[in-house]
Amino acid sequence: MSGKTLLVLSGGIVFEGRSFGYEGETIGEVVFNTSMTGYQEILTDPSYKGQIVTMTYSQIGNYGVNEEDVESLNGPKVEGFVVKEYIDIPSNWRASMSLGQYLRDNKIVCIEGIDTRALTRHLRNHGAQMGIISTVDLNPESLLEKARKHPGISAFDLVKDVTTKEIYKWNKGVWKWQPAVAEVQSSKFKVQSSEDKNSPPHPSFTKGEQREVKVVVYDFGVKFNILRNLVEAGFDVTVVPAQTPAEAVLDMNPDGIILSNGPGDPETVTYAIENTKKLLDKKPVFGICLGHQILGLAMGGRTYKLKFGHHGGNHPVKDLYTGRVEITSQNHNYCVDINSLHGQVRLTHKNLYDGTEEGMSHVEFPIFSVQHHPEAGPGPNDSAHLFTRFRELIEKA
Amino acid sequence: MPKRTDIKKILLIGSGPIIIGQACEFDYSGAQACKALREEGYKVVLVNSNPATIMTDPEMADATYIEPLTADFLEMIIKKERPDALLPTMGGQTALNLAVELAEKGILDKYGIELIGAKLDAIKKAEDRELFKEAMKKIGQDVPGSAYIGSLKNGLDAIESIGFPAILRPSFTLGGTGGGIAYNLEEYKELLERGLKLSPVKQVLVEESVLGWKEYELEVMRDGKDNVVIICSIENFDPMGIHTGDSITVAPAQTLTDKEYQRMRDASIAIIREIGVDTGGSNIQFALNPETGRMVVIEMNPRVSRSSALASKATGFPIAKIAAKLAVGLSLDEIPNDITRETPASFEPTIDYVVTKFPRFAFEKFPEADPTLTTQMKSVGEVMSIGRTFKESLQKAIRSLETGSYGLENINADIKTTRAKLKTPNSERIWYIAQALREGMSIQDIYELTWIDPWFLENIKQIIDMEEKIKVQSSKFKVQSLSPELIEMMKEAKRYGFSDRRIAQLLNIQETDIRHLRHQNNIHAVYKMVDTCGAEFAAYTPYLYSTYEKPFYKVESEKLKVKSESQTPPQPPLSKGGVGGVVLSELISENEANPSSRKKVVILGSGPNRIGQGIEFDYCCVHAVLALKELGYETIMINCNPETVSTDYDTSDRLYFEPLTIEDVLNIVETEKPEGIIVQFGGQTPLNLAVPLEKEGVKILGTSPDSIDRAEDRKRFKELLHKLNLKQAESDTALSVEGAIHAAEIIGYPVMVRPSYVLGGRAMEIVYDSKSLQEYMKRAVKASPEHPVLVDKYLEDAIEVDVDAISDGRDVIIGGVMEHIEEAGIHSGDSACSLPPHSLKEDIVNEIKRQTKALAKELSVIGLMNVQFAVKNGDIYILEVNPRASRTIPFVGKATGIPLAKVAAKLMVGKTLKELGLTEDKHIRHIAVKEAVFPFDRFYGVDTILGPEMKSTGEVMGIDEDFGIAFGKSQISCGNRIPLSGKIFISLKDKDKPPSVLIVKKLLELGLSVIATRGTAMYLKNHGLDIEVINKVAEGRPHIVDLIKNKEINFVINTVSGAQAQKDSFSIRQSALQYRVPFTTTISGAIAVVNAIDMLKKKQVNIKSIQEYHKNK
Repeated sequence: MSGKTLLVLSGGIVFEGRSFGYEGETIGEVVFNTSMTGYQEILTDPSYKGQIVTMTYSQIGNYGVNEEDVESLNGPKVEGFVVKEYIDIPSNWRASMSLGQYLRDNKIVCIEGIDTRALTRHLRNHGAQMGIISTVDLNPESLLEKARKHPGISAFDLVKDVTTKEIYKWNKGVWKWQPAVAEVQSSKFKVQSSEDKNSPPHPSFTKGEQREVKVVVYDFGVKFNILRNLVEAGFDVTVVPAQTPAEAVLDMNPDGIILSNGPGDPETVTYAIENTKKLLDKKPVFGICLGHQILGLAMGGRTYKLKFGHHGGNHPVKDLYTGRVEITSQNHNYCVDINSLHGQVRLTHKNLYDGTEEGMSHVEFPIFSVQHHPEAGPGPNDSAHLFTRFRELIEKA
Repeated sequence: MPKRTDIKKILLIGSGPIIIGQACEFDYSGAQACKALREEGYKVVLVNSNPATIMTDPEMADATYIEPLTADFLEMIIKKERPDALLPTMGGQTALNLAVELAEKGILDKYGIELIGAKLDAIKKAEDRELFKEAMKKIGQDVPGSAYIGSLKNGLDAIESIGFPAILRPSFTLGGTGGGIAYNLEEYKELLERGLKLSPVKQVLVEESVLGWKEYELEVMRDGKDNVVIICSIENFDPMGIHTGDSITVAPAQTLTDKEYQRMRDASIAIIREIGVDTGGSNIQFALNPETGRMVVIEMNPRVSRSSALASKATGFPIAKIAAKLAVGLSLDEIPNDITRETPASFEPTIDYVVTKFPRFAFEKFPEADPTLTTQMKSVGEVMSIGRTFKESLQKAIRSLETGSYGLENINADIKTTRAKLKTPNSERIWYIAQALREGMSIQDIYELTWIDPWFLENIKQIIDMEEKIKVQSSKFKVQSLSPELIEMMKEAKRYGFSDRRIAQLLNIQETDIRHLRHQNNIHAVYKMVDTCGAEFAAYTPYLYSTYEKPFYKVESEKLKVKSESQTPPQPPLSKGGVGGVVLSELISENEANPSSRKKVVILGSGPNRIGQGIEFDYCCVHAVLALKELGYETIMINCNPETVSTDYDTSDRLYFEPLTIEDVLNIVETEKPEGIIVQFGGQTPLNLAVPLEKEGVKILGTSPDSIDRAEDRKRFKELLHKLNLKQAESDTALSVEGAIHAAEIIGYPVMVRPSYVLGGRAMEIVYDSKSLQEYMKRAVKASPEHPVLVDKYLEDAIEVDVDAISDGRDVIIGGVMEHIEEAGIHSGDSACSLPPHSLKEDIVNEIKRQTKALAKELSVIGLMNVQFAVKNGDIYILEVNPRASRTIPFVGKATGIPLAKVAAKLMVGKTLKELGLTEDKHIRHIAVKEAVFPFDRFYGVDTILGPEMKSTGEVMGIDEDFGIAFGKSQISCGNRIPLSGKIFISLKDKDKPPSVLIVKKLLELGLSVIATRGTAMYLKNHGLDIEVINKVAEGRPHIVDLIKNKEINFVINTVSGAQAQKDSFSIRQSALQYRVPFTTTISGAIAVVNAIDMLKKKQVNIKSIQEYHKNK
C-alpha cells in the first residue's frame, strides 16, 4: 500500500496519489458517483464494467466490506477506483475485511490521496473521459498516450463480459436486519471467497411471501438487488444470459420479462435490441437502465450520451402518474430520446435535476421502463414500488 | 401545489431568551421563516421576548412584539392582530409548548387560527412518549423498553422489568432538564422524584438503557404532497448516554453501510408519515447496537431544531426557510435550490467533506456544578467545522472552540486519572483519548472505556501518529529551509488539519515560523465550496471552507508542452518521482474562492456562544454586513458558529465557515485582499486578533487599535481620564501576589480584582480582606508581567450605568443610557437595566452623556463605544470604556429604534453621522427593561447569588409606557412570575435591612403577607410591621425550605454577605430554584419587584408592537 500512483485523464490532467488496491495498471472511462454510502454495491455493480469510478464523498472504506452487500458475483466490476482518503481500519458489525484487502484480492487498481473534488469538477466541465491508473508506469506521458489510444468504451459490447453464462433461478429477497445470532458474530472477519459461484447464501436475506408470478430476467449485467426485489414482490425469478434468443425465452412462457441494467453503450448490444423487438407485443416487459435503453432502441428510437452521466443516490425523479417525487439511485451515461419514439410511449418519469427522461410506458402494450434504479443498492428505496407495479401490470394483462 | 391563498397573516413564535438547549439557532430559523413567508407575500406577526435577535428587527416582520411568551400575552396579541395561522415549528420547544397551550385552551379555535406545519395531534404524538411509543409499534419500529411513570410507587414496580442502568426523562421539559441515568436503586429514586417535580405533567419516562450504543440523527423534510427527503445524516462521536447537544457529532454518518443507512432512512420516512408532521422539518434520533446492529428509535422533534440548524449549515440546504414555504402549501419540487439555482429543493444533499460539531462548555463559570456529561444538556454553545477528512475537520473544530486549544495537546495525567476521564463522560474526554493513545493504550481498551466507535478512535490515533512523526523531526527543522521530505511532511500535517500553532508546539518553534515556512514552500490553504451536490452541478453561493489538497498538473502529449488551465500563479515543480526526462508541469491547486475585484470588507464573527459572548455579538455582525451591503461593499463573513444568522449563506456576500484564529483569518485575507477588516462587532474574539492582524499589515477599520489599547491598558486609561478630568474608582495593576496585596491596602478594601483583557467578568471577584485576596490570586489567576491583575476600589451600593454611543471621530450620538437595577458589583451582563434610567436625576444623566462624548472624542472612536459608570452619592465614576460593540447594542436598538450597529458599520467605512441623518440623541417616551436569564436549573449545587462573574446565558426585554410594568414584563419573560397575592419570604443581610422597611410596608399595603427569618423579622417588627417568623434551616422544623416545598411561598427575597451566611442560606435559594419559586438576591431587585406588583395591580397590562413604538421617528 501507499506506493506512488498516477491517474492520467485523456484530457491531459495528471493526479498523483497513493495506491490502496492492486499494484498494476488499469484503463477505463472515468466517472464520478455522489453516493455517500454504498461503495461495495457500486464496486460490484456490473453496469460499471469499463469504468473507473471516483467517489465524491471524501472518506471511503469506513465500514469495510461484508459478504452481503454485493450486487454480483466474483468481486468488483469497476475497472478502477478513485477516492480522496481511504480508511484502512473498518468499523461495522457486519464487516468481514477491509476494503483495501478486498480490492487487492480482486486485483482492482486504485488511487487515493488526490483532490477528488477537483477531478469531479473537471469531469463535470469537460465530460466523462478515458483515464488510466497506474502504479507501475509512472511516466505521465506514456500513460496519457495509452489513455488516448483507447477507442473508448462505446466501441465495445461490455454486456457479454458480465452476463451470466448459464440460466439460473433466484430466490433470495432483499436484505433485512436480523437479530444477532452468536454464530453470525463469530464469523466476523472471516475472509470471503471470491470464487464462490453460488448465489450468496446469507441469513439476512428474506424470502418473498406472495403468490409467485414467473418472470425471466435478461441479464445484461443484472444487479442482484433487482432479483431480490423481484422475489420480494412475489415473483418466481429465472435469469437468462443476454444472448438468449427471444424464442427461447418465450418458450419458457414467463408471465413477464425484465430487461436488466448493464454496462456500456446500448447500441453495441445489437442482439439484445433484436431479441427485444420480438418480445414487444408478446409479454409484459419491465426495463431498467440499460434495459430501458434497449427497449427504446428496439422500438426504433434513439439514445444519446450524457456529458458525464448520472451516478449517485440523490436525484429527484418525478413520477408523472402520482405527481410524487422519488429520490432515486442513478447510474447511467445514456438516455432514451422519448420524442424519437413518435408517440409509441408516454413519458412517465422525469429527472428534476436536468429534465432528462427517466421512464416511459408503452401506449398499447403492457410495457414500461425506467432509467433509474428502483432496486436501489445503493441508494434510496423510494422507487421499489415499481416492482409491485410490474406485478400488478402482469396481473391485469 | 401552489401556495395557499386562504391564509394571509401568519403568527410566528420565537424561542425567547438564550438558555442552555435553546440558543440562537432559533433566531436563525425564525429569521429565515420570516423572510421566506414575506417573500411569498404573507403578513407576519412575530412574538419573541428576546431583543438580541435578528428576527425581532422591525424590518423582519409586519408586526413585531417583544412581549412575554405566555398564553395570556399571546392571546392579547392574537386578539389584536387576528392572524389566520400559527406556525409553531420555528421557535424551538418554547414555541411548540406555547402552541399546544393555546390550542388546548381553545384560544386558537376561538380566533379561528389554523396550526400550520404541525397539527396538535402530530405534536402530541411526537412529544408524548407513550403515544410516540405506540405509534412506533404500529409501524414496526423498535424502541427501547420503557414505562411511563406517574409516581414513585409505579416507578419501583416498573424498574424491575426494565433493569439498570435506566434512563429517566421527565416529560415536556426543555433540553431534557431533570433527566439522568440511574445505576442503582438509590439514584433511581432520587432522579425519579426530581423528574416528577420538574415535569409539568408529573410524568417521567423510564427507559431501557441503550448507553454506549451508536447514536444517529436524520433530518427529514416532508411536503404537503407527501414527498419526503432526508437532508442530512449525523453520527455522534459520543455514544448514547450523552445529550446530543453535548456530543461531538459528525456529518454525514460514517460507519453505516448503504443497507443500514437506507434502513434508517426508510424508518425516518415511515415515522414522519405516521406522526403526521404535515410539512416541514423533523429530527429523528436512532440508537444502534454496535455489536448486533439492532436499531431503536429514540425520539423525534416535530419541528426545526438545533440539529436542523447544524444540518442546514453542514449541507447548504436551508431547512427552516424551506419548511416555512412548505407550511404555506408549496411543495419541495416547486422551490428552487438557491445554491445550484437550476435544481429543485426536492433532493437529498450529498456532501464531499466531513462536518464536525463540537460543543462548548462553561464549567469554569460554575465550579460547583457536576461536569459529568449526561442526558441533560450542559453546553452553552457549539462550533462547526468543515474539512475534507474527519481528522482535518476535528482539528479545525478544536481550534474553533477558543478554549486555548489548537489541537490534541498533551495532558499531564497519570494512567488512573486518564482511565477515569475516559470512563466518565466529560468535556475534555477527547484530549484524554489522545493522551491515552500517546501512552500506548489500545483502541480496543479505549473503546471499552468510552464506547466511542473505533472508527473515530482510529482517526485520532492517526493524528497522534502524525504528531510523533513531526516531533522526531524537531531537531532537523531549520527555520531557513526544509528538505523535500520535511516539506512533504508539512503538507501531510496540514492535510490532517494541524494548525500552524500545534505544529510549532510540536517542533518547539514559533507559530510565525511555521507560517513563513509554509509561504516559502508554497503550502497554501485552498477553498472549496459547500454546494449541496458534491460538485455535480455548478454552485452560485460562495459558501466556503478551507482545506489542503494535493495539487495536480496537466501534460500535453506533443513534446510534453505544459499548459496551466487555472488562474493560480505558477508554482515550483512537483517532486520528481523518478520520471526520467519528463518536463514537469506547473502545479494546479484548485481554489474555488474565486475572489472578486469589488471593494470589500471582512467582518469577523464571534465564534461559539459562551457566557459573556452570545447572540448579541452575532446580531451586531449581521447588522454590519447588512449596512455595508447597503453601501455597495462586498461583505465577507468569517465565523464558525452554526447556530447563527451570520453563518447563513445568504446573510453576507461570501461566507467562510472557518475557525477565528490568526492563521485561518490571515489565509482568507491573503486570498480575498479586502480593503479592511472589522473587529468591533464580534466581542472579544475578533478584538483579540486586532493587534496580530495589524502586525501582519491588515487594515483594521474603525477605531484604531491604538485607541482600543488606550481604553484597555490600565495605565494609559488612567492617563486618559486624568486628561479629561474624569473620576475613576481608585485602581492599580499588579504583576504578582504581593503587588496585588500592596495595591489593595493602598486603595482600601473592598476591592474588585480580575485579570486584564477578559469578557464576561471571568475570574472577577470582590474581596474584603487580604486573606481572600491571597486565595483569589492563587485560585483564579496566574499573575505575570504579560498577564497583569487589576485591582479596583469596589464602590459599594453605587448605581451602575451603561452607555452605548456611536461616533464618526468628530460627532458623537448617545444610543442609550441604561440604569442598572442591581447595584454596581454585579456583572453588567447579569444585571437588569432600564432605558431610559428610571431613578437617576436628569442632571446626572446629562453629565454622564457629556462624559461619554468627551471620551469618544478623545479616543477618536469611529464606530461603537460602551462606557460603564458608577454613580455614588452624586459622584460619577468611570468603570470602563470599551470602544467596540457591547452586549447591550441590540437591546438599545430595539428600545430606541436606532440600528446602532448598522450606523456604526457605515461610520467605519467613512460615512459621517450627519450624512446618515443622525444629529441628536434620541428621546423615547416608553421604558424598556432588559433582564438576564440564568442557567442555574441546569447546574444543581450552584448558588444563585449574583456577583462580578457573569453567569447569565441570555436576556429578555420588557417594554411598556410604565417602568413598573416594563420590569414586570421582563420578569414574566424570564420565568420569574410576579406574585400579585400570597406570601413573600424575606431574609436579608444587615446592610439591606433599613431599605427593606419601605418594601415590606408596600407589600403589606398591596395585600400580600410577609414571612421572614428571625433577625429580619425582628428588625421589621421594630419598625411596626406585622409579619410572620419562620425558622432558618438550622433552627429546626418547620423551616423555610419546608414552606417552599409546600408551595406556601410565592416569592423569595434573600440577600447575603459573607461566605458563611451564604453557605447557611444556600438551601433556601436552591429549593426556590428547584420548586420554581421566583426569587431575587438583591435589595434593588426587590424594590423593582415591589414596584412592579404595585403597577401590575393598578394598571391593565397592554401590548404594543415595536413598529408602533417607533412609529414617530
